[in-house]
Amino acid sequence: MATILFYILGFLAVIATLLAITRRNPVHAVIYLVNSFFALALLFYLLGAPLVAAWEVIIYAGAIMVLFLFIIMMLELAPTPEPERMGPAWWQWLPVLLLALGLVACTLLLIGLDTAGSQGVPHWYAAPRDFGYVLFGKYALAVEVVSFQLLFAAVGAFYVGKPESLKKTAGRKS
Amino acid sequence: MIVPLEHILFLSAILFVLGLACVLARRNLIMILIGVEIMLNAVGLTLVGASAFWQQIDGQIMVIFLMAMTSAEVSISLAMVVYLNRRKGTVDVRAFDEMRG
Repeated sequence: MATILFYILGFLAVIATLLAITRRNPVHAVIYLVNSFFALALLFYLLGAPLVAAWEVIIYAGAIMVLFLFIIMMLELAPTPEPERMGPAWWQWLPVLLLALGLVACTLLLIGLDTAGSQGVPHWYAAPRDFGYVLFGKYALAVEVVSFQLLFAAVGAFYVGKPESLKKTAGRKS
Repeated sequence: MIVPLEHILFLSAILFVLGLACVLARRNLIMILIGVEIMLNAVGLTLVGASAFWQQIDGQIMVIFLMAMTSAEVSISLAMVVYLNRRKGTVDVRAFDEMRG
């Protein structure tokens, strides 16, 4: 059962990614990509990584994709629809609806599945407790380095995003 | 393992190639960044699959570091997209093909 679910989810992920990279409208691409990330999160869960699956949904689908949407809308990159046609046409939201329904069905199957391991479902999975011990014990130094990296990224984003008039660097005469 | 490792690697290779095609073929900066995201996720799938294959937790730790790296990369690159859009008024990469200085 879990094996069949793996192939269904892989198929859904590939279809969603294919649809995402061929869209002309970036907003549509981001929506399809969120579907692809949900499929990947379920795959992670199937492969014995429940914590990574949760973070895939929270960080990737939740935070990063919303950041993308925010930037797209802030820059007004999406083509504006014609005023007489209110709302998207049915063929525009039908694929994403089908994908989302497939993912919901897979989620329900996963919940109904016996995860205790009686029918060939993986016996091994990384419990959050072991995960935390390894992450903050064996990889404590790497965690510190990553925290520095995030700080540098925040500082860099602040600097790059600052308006030109506020910068004191004299490199550019404008 | 519910599936052979080869199938996981195959799926992740498909996703990686799709992301690479998006990076190479699209001319929109946002779509290029989306392609990078797809590639990083394919790598994450490889790491989780390897972690399940050897039943070691280290692969999943790598995915966490990968996610932190992606967050940093996305924040920087989206700030640069905003900056480039302010400079030239477009996000088409063909507008940024000359150097100055």
